[in-house]
Amino acid sequence: MEGSIVTCTICPIGCRIEVIEDSSSDSGYLVKGNKCNRGIGYAITEVTNPARILTTTVKLNNACLRRLPVRTDKPVPKNLMLDCMKVINSVEVDTPIELGTVIIENILSTGVNVISSKTV
Amino acid sequence: MNEYDIAVIGGGPAGLAAAIEAKKHGAGTVLLIDREMELGGILQQCVHNGFGLHIFREELTGTEYAERFIKELKELRIEYKLDTMVLSITEEKVISMVNKTEGLVNIKAKAVILAMGCRERTRGAINIPGTRPSGIFTAGTAQRFVNKEGYMVGRNIVILGSGDIGMIMARRLTLEGARVKVVAEALPYPGGLVRNVVQCLEDYGIPLLLNHTIVDIKGKNRIEGVTIAELDENRKPIGGTEQFYECDTLLLSVGLIPENELSKGADVKLDPITGGPVVNESMETTVRGVFACGNVVHVHDLVDYVTEESRTAGRNAARFVNGEAGGYGPVIRTKPGNGIRYIVPHFIRRDKVERSVDLFMRVDRIFTDKKLVVKSGDIVIRAINKAYMRPGEMERINITAESLKAAENLSLTIDVE
Repeated sequence: MEGSIVTCTICPIGCRIEVIEDSSSDSGYLVKGNKCNRGIGYAITEVTNPARILTTTVKLNNACLRRLPVRTDKPVPKNLMLDCMKVINSVEVDTPIELGTVIIENILSTGVNVISSKTV
Repeated sequence: MNEYDIAVIGGGPAGLAAAIEAKKHGAGTVLLIDREMELGGILQQCVHNGFGLHIFREELTGTEYAERFIKELKELRIEYKLDTMVLSITEEKVISMVNKTEGLVNIKAKAVILAMGCRERTRGAINIPGTRPSGIFTAGTAQRFVNKEGYMVGRNIVILGSGDIGMIMARRLTLEGARVKVVAEALPYPGGLVRNVVQCLEDYGIPLLLNHTIVDIKGKNRIEGVTIAELDENRKPIGGTEQFYECDTLLLSVGLIPENELSKGADVKLDPITGGPVVNESMETTVRGVFACGNVVHVHDLVDYVTEESRTAGRNAARFVNGEAGGYGPVIRTKPGNGIRYIVPHFIRRDKVERSVDLFMRVDRIFTDKKLVVKSGDIVIRAINKAYMRPGEMERINITAESLKAAENLSLTIDVE
């Protein structure tokens, strides 16, 4: 069976962990190469549903700095990052803006909002 | 000349935390001075997340982390000057500064907190051969252009050095549509955190070439490409391994240097290894009443540790101006032993340690399955098992006041064993 290799980011050691599908185990996966138990959950999530908080900026009008930092309020699937960027880069905002203001609601129907990460 | 209890130089994470803590511990008048148009320092160009895991138990962006402290500073009504450049600090704690509205201003402070941070190593600092075209940026400068000013720095990018800022910019520029062709690192291991190797490079399929460096830069007006070669164990380029990478932009992420021109003017003694002031457990420098904290002392990987260190500086500066600092008492010297590059603080006044003191250090190479052993003479004060240590990750050891009593010969050595 084909295994996937992930690098664990839980601690600085950065174990190379192999994840193999295994219907006989409780989690459904056989995990090898982790030096501690924290690596198991991390590695399975990285293989089954890798997701990241996306952080970027949008164009900001009428302020001396021309970019407003924004982020997603929850992790988005890794494979949607570049598609999300296209949506975010089409947006322009005006001051004033509070930290946490929703800039884009439910981006690409993921259930995730893009929010301001700064008050301007 | 206006007088203040405490002047804080620099409004980044170190200056903000120090000013807030000083005010909370009874300092009367606190003035914070920064050369930028807004408070927060470099955190304001750090739009990525990963800040605050230790202090707030949350993963914040740099801007969100800064905003929490700026809000608190304003609530405490701490005075600050922006767009103001400090020109000099004397041993008598007279500070000269200049800005557009007031011109040249002198103030006097009872205590000074140095929180100027660090700056990036440039091409000149590492001597890359080749022509001198435009399109070569330090990673932090590129970060500022992209994240604050809204300028894209290029389309085809090569990055030299695998410091955290370089890797973060590799991801940032990829998200904005650029092609990052390669990250070259002269050392056999990445300079920055593992988390960034995975989330900034591996996630986007950006190759990291370890033991590689740039041996030539080509281009007349704008950079056209770089030649990258493999290095042997003596860090010399191996003939025949050269490979040309076409690019319109080169980013350098090759290290940070504490910015201490002002400290030198105040006659503060510097540690040649860290490039920052020699400090004691209270983050006081060799000049009484002059404190220092954050990246001006030594370059940190995590802002959370900067905040903790700066709170120590702020608290003790407040004690100093309120006449509670007291005398010196027995002074213990910390000494880096086998495998340790430096230790901060350099001195510990034994009677001043309340419950415990944190020692921060970096190892000088990669170690697996070793121990960090803190000793005074032959007495082992603390030993910690370490599965893995590398220079890119700062180590921290907490020593209790109780165990310091055993440091009879007034020295503490830390070795990798």
